[in-house]
Amino acid sequence: MAKTILEFEKPIIELEKKIEEMRSMSSDLDISNEIEALERRVNDLRKSIFSGLSRWQRVQLARHPDRPLTMDYLEMMETDFIELHGDRHFGDDHAIVGGFGQLDGKTIMFIGHQKGRDTKSNLYRNFGMANPEGYRKALRLMKMAEKFDKPVITLIDTPGAYPGIGAEERGQAESIARNLFEMCRLRVPIIVTIIGEGASGGALGIGIGDRILMMENTWYSVIAPESCSSILWRSWEYKEQAAEALKLTGEDLLELGVIDRIIEEPRGGAHRNPAEAAFILKNTLLEELEDLLKSTPDKRVKDRIKKFSSIGYYEE
Amino acid sequence: MAWFRRSKQNIDPSSGKKEVPDGSWIKCNGCNEMFHRNQIEAALYTCPKCNYHFRVDSKTYLGFLLDPKSFREYDKKLRATDPLGFVDSKAYKDRIDSMIEKTGLYDAIRCGVGKIDGMTVSIGAMDFAFIGGSMGSVVGEKIARAVDRAIKRKCPLILVSSSGGARMMEGALSLMQMAKTAAKLVQLAEKKLPYISIMLDPTTGGVTASFAMLGDVNIAEPKALIGFAGPRVIKQTIGKDLPEGFQQAEFLLEKGFVDMVVHRKDMRETVLRLLRFFQN
Ligand SMILES: [Zn+2]
Repeated sequence: MAKTILEFEKPIIELEKKIEEMRSMSSDLDISNEIEALERRVNDLRKSIFSGLSRWQRVQLARHPDRPLTMDYLEMMETDFIELHGDRHFGDDHAIVGGFGQLDGKTIMFIGHQKGRDTKSNLYRNFGMANPEGYRKALRLMKMAEKFDKPVITLIDTPGAYPGIGAEERGQAESIARNLFEMCRLRVPIIVTIIGEGASGGALGIGIGDRILMMENTWYSVIAPESCSSILWRSWEYKEQAAEALKLTGEDLLELGVIDRIIEEPRGGAHRNPAEAAFILKNTLLEELEDLLKSTPDKRVKDRIKKFSSIGYYEE
Repeated sequence: MAWFRRSKQNIDPSSGKKEVPDGSWIKCNGCNEMFHRNQIEAALYTCPKCNYHFRVDSKTYLGFLLDPKSFREYDKKLRATDPLGFVDSKAYKDRIDSMIEKTGLYDAIRCGVGKIDGMTVSIGAMDFAFIGGSMGSVVGEKIARAVDRAIKRKCPLILVSSSGGARMMEGALSLMQMAKTAAKLVQLAEKKLPYISIMLDPTTGGVTASFAMLGDVNIAEPKALIGFAGPRVIKQTIGKDLPEGFQQAEFLLEKGFVDMVVHRKDMRETVLRLLRFFQN
């Protein structure tokens, strides 16, 4: 059961509670018809609420405190993940995790942003906001994956790269730029999945791949709606409008040609059934991987460069 | 409403204090002294006394670098559409139209082919006056084509940056221009053709975090603001004042992210010397 309930989730969760209560009473009363009717009602309600979600509500779901995080998925997908630390230059960034794991017996290099769950772990993870050493650790691990011919899977979930003094001193911009360049020409398959928030260069820094996937209730854009609101509207209050204007959902980005596929989430969102979300994610990743492994390194790099080179809208 | 005016000011920094003001007497923003326009112009729009570098448009900057009359512009009229239907205080479509009318430019970069001491180069220079030099689909595509021209002519690429970063009004598409320009630079690198990145004041955000930092040689003008996050955002995040000289060109040189800081009057000569080393 969800610990945090968003405003628009309330009616669904209240009905679900009621059904549960009735079930617990039903041992001595025959109310199965009523329960069935209520279940139909909750399904209809969920469908109508979730089919009409605003973009801002999607952003809220992407940030839902109970939503599975990178390490949760790695565990639930039974990857046997072994974490590898450090960029070999400066330090180990806790906002990005990486290491070997397996999917269906195949060795994979997994890399992902890692947020925390509470104040303490969020401070440790810097709220999923990476410093340059995070991007450099990611690159080190990707080059190792290339060396040993292992595919790379990245999971994106960040409110942005960290805007700090140290980050600038150590070349935040250069570290992201370098990753874009190197990921474009990495000879092993790369699958990128947005599992939560995909904010700006901080997301893109591990976001170049042969396939770009987005889970259903996630967002991906050049800037967070609040920051966009504060810059363009000169107030934090226009975040809903900013979210609408930015066209930041999976559907939007599929239509604009930025992503390749949307990964369905369990009813009510990944946080309502993390195990099922992980199961769907795992199957999708395996499917995409199988497809990519049919290609050759040369062809993959060529296709990847072509893919990103052709994004954009303009008129002559 | 107040925020209409303010927001317009914010994303239309062409009125920024760095521009050379009108009139024949110009007050330097660096030392506050008055100089005759001719003096400033003769010093390539830098202050003869304190070396303050005024912001200039792409055409003027290309004039500093290239042999006279050698520049041939390409893709001049490539212009933004409005794929998101973006509206804030103003519709993006209208913003583009009024920018084109006001600046006579079609977007934030001018690209083409020119010569430096007879050597052919594929070159692009950004215009900060056009929506803060922001990178959307047009800037990305024009850089992509500049790379293609370098490859076709087997010549070096030079990009002169001056930008607030990715253009918000094109959302994720702007973000993807970072990926696009990096992908094109991979193609250039595969052909072993040199790329010189020149960073002017300011070069921040998605431009720094993509093509601007990827030069074989990165050059900055003195005191140019160069970084990923803007100083205002950093200050807001950490709740402290920023150290003196933070994110200035000299700071980047010290930290190892630019190869050199070069005064504008020495820029052409420096680029020329580098090109000779590359081509020999
Ligand atoms: Zn002066």
